[in-house]
Amino acid sequence: MTRTDPLDVPRPHAQLHFGVFFQGVNHWTIWSAPDSGSQIDPASFRRVAQTAERGLFDAFFLGEGLRLREVDGRIHDLDVAGRPDAITQLAALAAVTRRIGLVSTSNSTFNEPADLARRLSGLDLLSEGRAGWNVVTTDNAWTGANFRRGGYLDHADRYRRAEEFLTVARTLWDGWDDQAVATSVHAPAWSVPGAVRRVRHRGAQFDVDLTPTLPRSAQGHPVIFQAGDSGEGRDFAARNADVIFSAHGNDFDDALGFADDIRARLRAAGRPEDDLRILPGTEIIIGATEEEAQEKKRWIRLQQVTPATALGIAGLLWGIDLSDRDADGPLPADDPVVAENDGSFGARRIADQRAVVAEWRAKAEAHGWSLRETVIALGPQRGHVGTPSGLADKFAHFVRHGAIDGFNVTPYLIPDGLDDIVDLLVPELQERGVYRTEYTGTTLRENLGLREPLTQRSARDRRQAG
Amino acid sequence: MSGPALHLAVELDGDGSHPAAWRRAAHSPDQLLTPRRVAGLATVAENAGFTLITLDDGVLPPGAAPDPVGRIGAMERAAFVAASTSTIGIAPVVPVTYAEPFHVSSQLASLDHISAGRAGWVVTEEESPEAARVWGRPPVADADARVRESRDGIEVVRSLWDSWEDDAVIRSVATSRYLDRDRLHYIDFTGETYAVKGPAIVPRPPQGQLVVLGRPDQVPAGQLDVALIAGRDPVAIATAAASAGTPRVFAEVEVALDTPDATGAERVADLARYASWTDRGRLRHVGSADGLVAALDGLSRHVDGVRLHPLVLDEDLPLLSRLVLPALSERRLVARPLPGTSLRSTLGLARPANRFAAAAVLEETR
Ligand SMILES: Cc1cc2nc3c(=O)[nH]c(=O)nc-3n(C[C@H](O)[C@H](O)[C@H](O)COP(=O)(O)O)c2cc1C
Repeated sequence: MTRTDPLDVPRPHAQLHFGVFFQGVNHWTIWSAPDSGSQIDPASFRRVAQTAERGLFDAFFLGEGLRLREVDGRIHDLDVAGRPDAITQLAALAAVTRRIGLVSTSNSTFNEPADLARRLSGLDLLSEGRAGWNVVTTDNAWTGANFRRGGYLDHADRYRRAEEFLTVARTLWDGWDDQAVATSVHAPAWSVPGAVRRVRHRGAQFDVDLTPTLPRSAQGHPVIFQAGDSGEGRDFAARNADVIFSAHGNDFDDALGFADDIRARLRAAGRPEDDLRILPGTEIIIGATEEEAQEKKRWIRLQQVTPATALGIAGLLWGIDLSDRDADGPLPADDPVVAENDGSFGARRIADQRAVVAEWRAKAEAHGWSLRETVIALGPQRGHVGTPSGLADKFAHFVRHGAIDGFNVTPYLIPDGLDDIVDLLVPELQERGVYRTEYTGTTLRENLGLREPLTQRSARDRRQAG
Repeated sequence: MSGPALHLAVELDGDGSHPAAWRRAAHSPDQLLTPRRVAGLATVAENAGFTLITLDDGVLPPGAAPDPVGRIGAMERAAFVAASTSTIGIAPVVPVTYAEPFHVSSQLASLDHISAGRAGWVVTEEESPEAARVWGRPPVADADARVRESRDGIEVVRSLWDSWEDDAVIRSVATSRYLDRDRLHYIDFTGETYAVKGPAIVPRPPQGQLVVLGRPDQVPAGQLDVALIAGRDPVAIATAAASAGTPRVFAEVEVALDTPDATGAERVADLARYASWTDRGRLRHVGSADGLVAALDGLSRHVDGVRLHPLVLDEDLPLLSRLVLPALSERRLVARPLPGTSLRSTLGLARPANRFAAAAVLEETR
């Protein structure tokens, strides 16, 4: 095994950070295996969170989708679905974990800042400084039908609202001074006079006037995650986020390109390059040998890409309903139909459908693949496959070259899917000096090695300047 | 009704029902908003044998200086407590005057999953116009409009709970389907001020429907499982109970017990130096534990349960635990919830049929 001299790299002392993403939707979670556990039983969440904590993960992460997914106006029935409300579930996990961060994906379009800021703050206090918020804006039109406000915001407006939303939330989180509450029942008042301030915000999106109800937590504010990939999304992250949950973690060059792009945007936003952690979402498949790992991957893909799922994925690409075709037969002879994007789950933006279909046809023909085999080989890809030591070498290379700061891992099996990573991969990473051997802090912010919240830094700078 | 004659609930918000209760608390003020405090109180209540804890809430501060102005949201506290207890029922207060019913439904359904069927919901109103500014919405100013918002909100929340049939997850390997979409239902609610499509994003709660508690003057009786009624004396309570029209009725009772160090009256007088004990028209027992046992015994003839509001949690809750509940238990007036029992069954309420499933069966047999 060849190992690069650990000092002959851009970031010789960089550490890998892991989060676990209990995804709860889409075909990457296998529901058909005998050991596929419940997606809603609290025991599943506890088991995954506690395994991650045993593996010294930084964060346990929950996604959110505020409407059940539909394809062609019908509820999508092929994948796992039915998730708990993220903050509620995480508040429960706060009681049965000690060190792991608890990150909620919560929407800025269909929430109000005072309410959401209060809920996140409550989670942050109950977990003693372990809360995180993945700020998402919802990229579809039909979610609004579940809410009083209804409707839909276009892309630019969503980010404008998200940014002002975050500003209001942070102002509320800063509304109480540190040590704002009396330390004795004999004090003249429960709160220190002047230490709790009323917040008045009047902006283009929000007009609020209230006294926040919660003190700062041990980490100051919840840690801010961001997962948008557009230019606006990346700039939003560079201005506001502590962590990016990216989609660029499979290929080294792609990951490095993304990280360099984010570093440039951070500089432009006046922040240090190391002010933000990049944790791509990924899947990790481990075998004792390379062959065993590949064998396992094949089994996993067959469970994930069932015949119906293969037809569904191909249907999105072709733009036509293929659900009555034979997934184990050849590719459909039909020409793809280039559809209008109505923003629903069934209408993904696929760059050039005709070119992709032509490429699939050529490769399927060359290899003699069925439609399902083609979807497995050429459809949505993710993840890393290998032996514990091979993966540890690869990840050490990624992190030491500044392509990533770690991964947000989605287990393909709930609740046992993290076991191999914690039991087999983590020790190899520790041996290479790229993974902690104990938690370095008690808060999520400390464990991620982050500075204090952005607004508190600027307040301190102002004090020092003045 | 079978089961014990009386169910005891206790409200655990802050330091007690007196605005200045914090001055007699056994912990320093800066320890109020901590996980230790939140879990500790719930554990005492569970060990004492209470049927239910309720957790008050609202988007505005719980009080004004010099009294506590901080509070962790009831839903977050309830979820945290659910994971640190095993038998007691847990009902957060959640007003739907301004909140999104879709979110409220998801949160409460999640709480029921987390607690394995021990969750309830206390519906209240956001009365202050200031709450509207917090939510960024025009005020729902008059009482009728607030009743309308609660009514519509509860309708949406309850419909969403039924929008997944219990067995919607089929895991049919042969057909590659995880869900049976015929067992998922759009609720298609259209009210006066908004519409909600559905279905829910959370599977049906273990109880089917959570136990919904509220005041009959604020919520239509047909939407409630438990009416929370107030009256200054047993006669007023009996009258209110008789006309509630809900499956169960709980009386609101405020208590200030005699402790070894001070009588209940002395404790009330001590706190009166700072603030008066807010009068909500509820029966108030200020005195001995034995006296409270007798009063509850008397009330058990008129109501199914009592929700206690202790003057100071750190002083009254230990006495309730050591003297009052054991005495009631000896008289077989109360019984602690059995392990593995849902809040509904503890209260002797049936698990409701699913409104959409029932409709679907009718359709098929037509
Ligand atoms: C890896 C990843 C995970 C995401 N997870 C969620 C999620 O759980 N819920 C959600 O509403 N949006 C999620 N999103 C969507 C984004 O947060 C964002 O709203 C969307 O991508 C549109 O923004 P964009 O145009 O900047 O990419 C995710 C995006 C990425 C890249």
